[in-house]
Amino acid sequence: MALRRDWVYENNGGTCVAIAGSDYCVIAADTRLSVGYSIYTREFSKICNLADKCVLATSGFQGDMKALQKNLAARHLIYQHQHNKQMSCPAMAQLLSNTLYYKRFFPYYTFNILGGLDSNGKGCVFTYDAVGSYERVGYSAQGTGAGLIIPVLDNQLKSPSPLLLPAKDAVTPLSEAEAVDLVKDVFASATERDIYTGDKVEIVVINASGIRQELMELRKD
Amino acid sequence: MRPSWRMRTACGRRAGDTLFDSRLALGNFPSTFEIKRVGSNSVEAFEKLKLLSRATLAFIFKEGVIVAADSRASMGGYISSQSVKKIIEINPYMLGTMAGGAADCQFWHRNLGIKCRLHELANKRRISVTGASKLLSNILYSYRGMGLSVGTMIAGWDEKGPGLYYVDSEGGRLKGTRFSVGSGSPYAYGVLDNGYRFDMTVEEAAELARRAIYHATFRDGASGGVASVYYVGPDGWKKMSGDDVGELHYKYYPVVPTPIEQEMVDAPAA
Repeated sequence: MALRRDWVYENNGGTCVAIAGSDYCVIAADTRLSVGYSIYTREFSKICNLADKCVLATSGFQGDMKALQKNLAARHLIYQHQHNKQMSCPAMAQLLSNTLYYKRFFPYYTFNILGGLDSNGKGCVFTYDAVGSYERVGYSAQGTGAGLIIPVLDNQLKSPSPLLLPAKDAVTPLSEAEAVDLVKDVFASATERDIYTGDKVEIVVINASGIRQELMELRKD
Repeated sequence: MRPSWRMRTACGRRAGDTLFDSRLALGNFPSTFEIKRVGSNSVEAFEKLKLLSRATLAFIFKEGVIVAADSRASMGGYISSQSVKKIIEINPYMLGTMAGGAADCQFWHRNLGIKCRLHELANKRRISVTGASKLLSNILYSYRGMGLSVGTMIAGWDEKGPGLYYVDSEGGRLKGTRFSVGSGSPYAYGVLDNGYRFDMTVEEAAELARRAIYHATFRDGASGGVASVYYVGPDGWKKMSGDDVGELHYKYYPVVPTPIEQEMVDAPAA
């Protein structure tokens, strides 16, 4: 682990999921923090409220996650002082991409999903790799359980690609309650087969009336 | 000899200082980064960066430039996205394609767009394709050996007419009339070189490009998704088509019902 001078990262496991709807966005992450085969804590939040319409969920190395969150929160505060308003989700998305790329040669070992509402009130989800490549999508999963979750979301939510011409409408047809149920189901399934996912899932829902949070218990084994 | 270029990026460490182990010893973690680099200063693997695979192509013909690409991004063997925009619009008359590392391409193309705009503001005229490609290639050359992975084509229409350059992260910059980049490029070249004529119409050229990308996605596992085709003419670029390659397959090779030679029917109840 950190005793080696040539390997300074650690993977703390965990899974994050986000789904964008026509006027809501659901972001969820489990709360387990592990290293190797040990669990450090069952109550670790991987979600950070960056702005009132913008939430970041991160899996990977939680040391880098904390540093990244602090960095973005500080930049957001400066933006608010300078512009007298909150940052929109697409603006935060690009800020995050640049922040990650500036450490291209010593990366943040983080797999991020940014979720929120864009300036039209529609749900948006941005998914990232470790060095800042990003894309706006309708849904996403990152982390150790992502490979178990994404196929299910593809099956339930897959919509025509935005690259098609003539363009086809790509709105997720689910209602907010259905999307939250889907997220709960998907975490329950991932918990069954991924050792790093479990304990609790923290679900954050952003819609026009604000941010709402709920916790659901998962298997603790 | 390690080049002594200063890193332009904030809080970056010199690539030669850090030694990353080539394997993540902790187990089978999906989707982290594989920043593999050839050369003596080993900044080697973690796991897999998001890589834009790859079938992109561009060619010049009588009416302008056609640019086409697939839309798949992979991380090792996992398809991380089927809807990546690999053709980016630098400005209304110039396009760039992306192949290689997704973050590298996205970031440096965005940076190139900024530089092109600054050039316009400083010089009161649009930048040429030659100039834009040279800006990008100089930047990439200064990071040569540090592990960036960019294989891009800059296509546009400027005062001298249509222009097409290939620029990569080794620092290479080539002017040409036909290029294809990526793991699907051998297949795309086959179709492109066979069907190319300088005096095609715009529709014929777009159809050739679409076929070439389709064939690349057919045979190359790392390419797929949606085949986008753009045309750059004297009035700027225009998106000609975006087709799911699965549907293109059935359009080019429709299923012909085979004649039934022997048909099984249920035996009449005794």
